Amino acid sequence: MLQDLAAAGSHPLADTAARYVGLLPLLPLAGFLVNGALSLMPAYKAGPADPSTAGHGHEASAHAGDARAGDAHAVTHGDEHGAVGDDHHVVARHKYAGVASVVGPLVLALSFGLAVMIWLAMAGAGEMTTPYVQTFFDWMVTGDLKISWAFQLDQLSMIMVLVITGVGTLIHIFSIGYMRDDPGYPRFFAYLNLFVAFMLVLVLGASYLVLFVGWEGVGLCSYLLIGFWFSEKANADAGKKAFIVNRIGDFGFLIAMFLLFANLGTLDFTSVAAAAPTLGYNSALVTTICLFFFLGCAGKSAQLPLYVWLPDAMAGPTPVSALIHAATMVTAGVYLIARSGVLFAMSPTACITVAVVGTLTALFAATIGLKQWDIKKVLAYSTISQLGYMFMGVGTGAYAAGMFHLITHAFFKALLFLGSGSVIYAMHAAYHHTGSHEDAQDMRNMGGLRKYMPVTFVLMWIATLAIAGVPPFSGFFSKDGILSAVFARAQHGALSEATWLGMPGSAVLYALYGLGLVTAFLTAIYMTRMMLYTFHGPNRTGEAEQAHLHEAPWSMTGPLVVLGVLSAVGGWLNLPVAIPLGPIGVLEKWLEPVVGAATVAVGGAVGEEVTNTEYGLIGAAVAIAILGIVVAVVKLRPAALVPKRDATPSHGFEQVLEDKYYVDEVYDDTIIKPLVSGSRNILWTGIDRGIIDSLFVNGSAVLARGVGWVGSQLQSGETGAYAWAIAIGALAVLGAFTFR
Amino acid sequence: MYFDLLIPSQLAGALIPDLILIIGAMLLLLVAVWGPETMARARLTGMLAIGVCFATFAAVVWLWHGQATASAGIIAVDAFRWATDCIILAATIIATTLMIDYSEREQLVSAESYVLLLLAAGGMMLLAASRDLIVVFLGIELMSIASYVLSGLDRRSSRGAEAALKYFLLGAFSTGFLLYGIALVYGATGSTDIETIGSVVTGANFNNPLLLAGIGMLIVGFCFKIAAVPFHMWAPDVYDGAATPITAFMAAAVKAAAFAAFLRVWIEAFPGATAAWMHPLQWLAALTMVGGNVIALQQKSMKRMLAYSSIAHAGYLLVTVVVANALGASAFLFYLVAYTLATMGAFAVVIALGEPGERNQQIADYAGLWNVEPWLAAAMAVFMMALLGFPIAGGMGFFAKFYVIDAALHAPHPQTALAVILVIASVISAGYYLGVVLVMFMKPRPADALVVRPVPTGTFLVIYLSAFTLLLFGILPNGFAALARESVPIGMVSSPARAPVAAAASR
Repeated sequence: MLQDLAAAGSHPLADTAARYVGLLPLLPLAGFLVNGALSLMPAYKAGPADPSTAGHGHEASAHAGDARAGDAHAVTHGDEHGAVGDDHHVVARHKYAGVASVVGPLVLALSFGLAVMIWLAMAGAGEMTTPYVQTFFDWMVTGDLKISWAFQLDQLSMIMVLVITGVGTLIHIFSIGYMRDDPGYPRFFAYLNLFVAFMLVLVLGASYLVLFVGWEGVGLCSYLLIGFWFSEKANADAGKKAFIVNRIGDFGFLIAMFLLFANLGTLDFTSVAAAAPTLGYNSALVTTICLFFFLGCAGKSAQLPLYVWLPDAMAGPTPVSALIHAATMVTAGVYLIARSGVLFAMSPTACITVAVVGTLTALFAATIGLKQWDIKKVLAYSTISQLGYMFMGVGTGAYAAGMFHLITHAFFKALLFLGSGSVIYAMHAAYHHTGSHEDAQDMRNMGGLRKYMPVTFVLMWIATLAIAGVPPFSGFFSKDGILSAVFARAQHGALSEATWLGMPGSAVLYALYGLGLVTAFLTAIYMTRMMLYTFHGPNRTGEAEQAHLHEAPWSMTGPLVVLGVLSAVGGWLNLPVAIPLGPIGVLEKWLEPVVGAATVAVGGAVGEEVTNTEYGLIGAAVAIAILGIVVAVVKLRPAALVPKRDATPSHGFEQVLEDKYYVDEVYDDTIIKPLVSGSRNILWTGIDRGIIDSLFVNGSAVLARGVGWVGSQLQSGETGAYAWAIAIGALAVLGAFTFR
Repeated sequence: MYFDLLIPSQLAGALIPDLILIIGAMLLLLVAVWGPETMARARLTGMLAIGVCFATFAAVVWLWHGQATASAGIIAVDAFRWATDCIILAATIIATTLMIDYSEREQLVSAESYVLLLLAAGGMMLLAASRDLIVVFLGIELMSIASYVLSGLDRRSSRGAEAALKYFLLGAFSTGFLLYGIALVYGATGSTDIETIGSVVTGANFNNPLLLAGIGMLIVGFCFKIAAVPFHMWAPDVYDGAATPITAFMAAAVKAAAFAAFLRVWIEAFPGATAAWMHPLQWLAALTMVGGNVIALQQKSMKRMLAYSSIAHAGYLLVTVVVANALGASAFLFYLVAYTLATMGAFAVVIALGEPGERNQQIADYAGLWNVEPWLAAAMAVFMMALLGFPIAGGMGFFAKFYVIDAALHAPHPQTALAVILVIASVISAGYYLGVVLVMFMKPRPADALVVRPVPTGTFLVIYLSAFTLLLFGILPNGFAALARESVPIGMVSSPARAPVAAAASR
């Protein structure tokens, strides 16, 4: 501890803005407290455009007012109307909505401002080779276990903090418009603020345990936000599914932590990094630890086979999907592996496993994405697929490339989700006006929206080109970085010489590279498909509804524009040597002090000269992306689509894809149903009711009653009897002294 | 600060907090009887009593902060004493606050009750300080006589009178054991000073029957005061019959002070005779843990349930006496803080919900409390969870049990069996603690349930401050734990002969 403080004292960041690092999560936490307090005051008032419901104090009358409100809006306030949400919910503005819309985003903006100041300090401090660790207090001290509440600032956590607070701020601003008329408005911001606070704890924690606190905290917030509209069973179930699946992953995380602590006696990142070599290179122990950590990552970051919760998680409000289930929380697994680079670098087996699982997930999810009709489901599978790419990167020791894709993905996927939120907002508003109960998220009910929402249309195309990997948009650079890294690792380095399940590592990695290209091709197709069906072709929403389709207010499109710019130019963060359009590899150099050693250990030193192979790889990637888009444009016919209610079921493999390979059903049949029936028939009926209830519970009740009876007989109220009891007790004590 | 305890003026200096309290109590007695016996005057006396407690508290903190030390003598000047004093004073302040509100409700005009509370607290502080068996006796008597009167405070209540008489008779009976024990120990060792006794009672010569009988008698005397099974039988009747704030005071403070003296005597005087007293004390601890909890399961009245619960907790605390080292002492202090807050908080809720004539105090009367008074129900749930030792929701209660178990397992003679029994007993206790939570949160509020009156300010503060403190230091236990680790009795730190223990304490 003292060494830490001393180190912090002499650290280049010691007297800079970095000393306020503790405030980063405290600000959103304060926002959570304020908004949480507001949400506990169960007071609603009708929206301002709705005089007929003024004075009603509770939700029940808000329901009644809602029906009238629709008509009033149609006549007088068409533009301001906001019956928002991915589903049909009460329109009732919370009394303190105004306060919440200031507090919620403001704390994030302040946090972001502070993060920028710390970043400037860090950039100005020059070469920073050791992390800045600030210990706030000893949290628990028992025996050999001493846990300090300490934060660690280094280049890696800095990047994550900037992404979380930056993208988080934009999404908070977007939510003001999107959630405005939800009766749970302050509660929404409370959860969102709490999420950001925990996410910052996750990336700032200086030990695995503090990281784990954040890890569990974001899981809790994710659960709360997926089930935000908990009155509908499907949403509550989705929340539970996410929570339960994540427990499997957390089990892995815990085991890994126990193993680390048992073998190294510490959980601090710096001490673990220092002591790691004692675990032994490529030993079974280090591989086990890494694989258990990866199990945790697979849960949190939705990788095979634990990805099933993420598509269902789209039941939450769209800003939640953008912030938690695309930009930040689900990338925690990638962060964890980058953070544990020292450990993974010691186990080629674990590295290749991570890469293989990531690649397979990327491919698998991309194929499902080809046939989804729900616009958010397409994006959900796309997220799983892109996370797979990130694991491909960090698995092959290309930590900078993985982090780079994490950042660009945060930009373009947040944009895509918020754009889809904008679309859903418009669709929902239109259906709300006409009182229709069509699905506002089904692409078959959309079409031709470019006429009505030109800004969203343009911005979402930028994001689509980015994710498809078309230069010069950001996704091209980050995806190319990963793919070329995989190719390079296949040629030389520790991984190419290792064997994985008896196969030469080199061959495995070449195969992964090939599958990565296939996935890139599929990505271009399904994203173009989504754009074609949503924005192009004729409109299928309905005659009456078309008049009410319009662009969302500027508070919602504003954040989209910022994300659009970032998605377009984000690639300049880390230009490859082969494309010298500016400073080369800024991000890679920035992260070098943290992950450089691990990168070299896994991949070997990388030459600076550009080879023809590299140009070939880049050319292939571009060609594949463009080919995908062209194939989609040529083969898909938006004009031939019919609205959802008229659609005929699809056949063959299409149906399999549409039903997501029946994975949920398989899990249901092979795991959940046997578990439930086993629990019910053996554990509950047999053991719990048969043995525990009848024998132990009833038995102990009988025993307790017996003892109680004896007690009450003794407890007669007679003072003399009590004195006798004391005397007998005294005799017993003296007897014990005598006959010992 | 250094006090030479052989010089009377310096001895008085070392006793400044105790003197402030006792002189304050005497002056308050004058205030109480100066004019007509009215509610307003009684209330004023209560307020002044709280003031006296705070003044004493300031003196304690001053001495503690000044790291006062003293020569060997009849009283101890060490952190253990100051820590115990703080707990006693906190419990007295809480009890006085509750008493003010309670008297209002019951229309009980008794200004003298506050004076008696202060006098009892004076006896307790003496107990916490005593390093001489005679001072132990003095403290116990001062504390007990005040408590006898306190338990019969409400002269209109026949149950109160019965409780007081019963307590007095049995108390006198047990005092006989204590005094006889002191006399025998004196006869065997030639001293009443516990440090001297400690140096005489060593592994070689402890087989003296006189000494063994003395130790046995002392155990009986102490175990009566802390209400350990089978010397507990007075406790449910007295706790049930006394006015609720007094019950809270007796369940928390009286027990804490008796334990403090017990622990100090055991750590300093009798480590040499461990082989002799280990088994009897182990049995008493086990019996108390199991017996208290099992009988508590049967109770329908909140007050009686809490009375048996306090017996069970005496069992948990006895484990720290069995361990009798620095680790045990720090676990004891931490436990005492959590236990005092949780118990007094729970009694405060009982007072808040009680109706005149001590009605509405059955567990069944709490049904559906969550639906009408969510905050009160939540606070009560925290107290129940804390007594149960539940993590997070039970705040400090979890760490309290954890540290006791830790101390038991790391003792020079590891008390594995006691640790196991402690855990099993805690599981049993879930039966009634969670039963209260269940009733409050899951049962519907009966149609004929009484409307909850507004909670008086003092009681309100006690309930929510206790709950808040429990929760806060349940998340951040380390500050308190570190303080408790530093607050071990003086005999522990100074004696190099017990170096392994000191090493354990410094972990």
